[in-house]
Amino acid sequence: MRTLVSPLALRTPHGRVVYWAILTVVVVGFTGAFVFPLYWMVTGALKSPDELAQIPPSFFPDSFDLGVYADAWNQLQLGTFLRNTVLYAGGAWLFTLAVDVTAAYALSKLRPFFGRVILGAMLATLMIPPMVLLLPTYLTAKDLPILHLDLLNTPWAIWLPAAANGFFVFLLKRFFDSIPRELLEAAEIDGATPLRILWSIVLPVSRPILGVVSILSVVTVWKDFVWPLLVLPETDKMSISVGIASLSAQMPQNVLIASLVIASLPTILVFFVFQRSIMAGLTAGSLKG
Amino acid sequence: MTVTEERVRRPQAPGAAGPRPDDDRRGALRRAVGRNLTAYGFLCGALICFALFSWYPMVREVFLSFQENNFVDPPRWVGFDNFRTVIEDPAFRSAWVNTAAFSGLALVIGYAVPFVLAVVLNELRHAKAYLRFVVYLPVMLPPAVAVLLFKWFYDPGAGLFNQVLDGFGIPPLSWLDSTSTALVSLVLVSTWMNLGTGTLIYLAALQSVPGDLYESAELDGAGLFRRVWHVTIPQTKLILLVMLLLQVVATMQVFIEPYLLTGGGPENATVTVAYLMYQYAFNFGDFGGGGALGLMLMVVLLVLSAIYLRVSRKAER
Repeated sequence: MRTLVSPLALRTPHGRVVYWAILTVVVVGFTGAFVFPLYWMVTGALKSPDELAQIPPSFFPDSFDLGVYADAWNQLQLGTFLRNTVLYAGGAWLFTLAVDVTAAYALSKLRPFFGRVILGAMLATLMIPPMVLLLPTYLTAKDLPILHLDLLNTPWAIWLPAAANGFFVFLLKRFFDSIPRELLEAAEIDGATPLRILWSIVLPVSRPILGVVSILSVVTVWKDFVWPLLVLPETDKMSISVGIASLSAQMPQNVLIASLVIASLPTILVFFVFQRSIMAGLTAGSLKG
Repeated sequence: MTVTEERVRRPQAPGAAGPRPDDDRRGALRRAVGRNLTAYGFLCGALICFALFSWYPMVREVFLSFQENNFVDPPRWVGFDNFRTVIEDPAFRSAWVNTAAFSGLALVIGYAVPFVLAVVLNELRHAKAYLRFVVYLPVMLPPAVAVLLFKWFYDPGAGLFNQVLDGFGIPPLSWLDSTSTALVSLVLVSTWMNLGTGTLIYLAALQSVPGDLYESAELDGAGLFRRVWHVTIPQTKLILLVMLLLQVVATMQVFIEPYLLTGGGPENATVTVAYLMYQYAFNFGDFGGGGALGLMLMVVLLVLSAIYLRVSRKAER
């Protein structure tokens, strides 16, 4: 497809030189700006505190002693933090799917009375930035209305709010709306229950959107900082971000950096594997976030 | 609603006797009730979650800011007392000025960059996948990790940034420790870790700019920059506007950077509204004051969100 610069201009010798020059600048610039900090982090962890304080800094660490990663793992209880985070993100994922898929299916295909009002109220929550509701939401989690349960330091404090996501309901409903009605009616005539229709017809054809929602929900919970900071104050219950941040002051520099590396590995791995879905979710949300 | 009724009536129950109109109507009603019961069964999980963690907190936020509440005695209505307390706090002014400055600086430093990067990336024929992957890497880091990483880079002694400056023969900066550079330092981290989102969104938007517009602009003798100005920008105007509003709304809520990097210092130079709200609630135990701050922030952001909604509606069309 034709873009800003015409293919003709690129074919001239002058155009070719300029193109390759710009390409080189961009590749070097991007690598410097986005990869080099990560390189600095990974190698920084391998340096001793003395080497870290040294001026000018060494480009390659003196030794490749991975012991510091073991130190970080043990001293910072990274194992506990990681296990907690997996529990929070995994549970939030299952819970979000169960709750939001059924809701979107009901709103899209069963169309109950007041369905539009409910959808509107769910979408309206997207208008309110989460930060401004931080305190009342915290108080709700601390003392659940009517039931008077204290959810602090339990995974429910993460799972329940994670499922209340208007954007996911919107994405799912929009996708379900595009499933032809004839498909479902045929099953209905055959006597299939709504639950069975959802399970055997709607879900299998909705795989792309389920993938997008799954990854978004896991990554969101994994990266979240403020909410787990408030609702999981016990050290044994902390998520990895909060745990590292709260113990960072007492750690030797190299151990802290090693723990940062360990904390960033899972999300980067997820990005490696699910790059496509993540980027699809990004552009799906761009206009209607 | 006639469509729904028709839809409900159409699937005839198997084995149903002759189509007597009376039976039919009763059957339709029963089916409608059944359909609603099923639907609400499916909806109840979401209704509970939204009610508890979205709708109720909205109401509670208003209550919180007009009540005095120590969570032991029943709460007492105090009118605008909480607002008065907060406004008289010397940090209040700093918080709003800093929040506005943070948003403004983030726009100056970070708003144009993703667009320019996207325009350049869209022209490149090589290393596309690599560049797109790399620009989004910082977004994938947990924000706390990115912020703590930059805290180390900002170290005035052996920190990476001063070493790089030194390499270019520039005298070192005190970054987070000086009132003049602390806020800019926060903006830099925030920009670095969010840049990729905007870049990829613009890149997607650029795919839909028709190529013949560039073609005819070029035939009319428009140079490179005039083509960007007269074709690229008008064609992506709405998404540019949407992203502008989204960025302002996002940066006005800045919390994690001051929380982890500076604690609001030095001399309140990096206290933001969200951070002050957190301090009121969790350091001073004054949820009323925090609620009042939250409500003020909410009003400001709602105005911006309302504009955003209008714009994005237009963008959809």
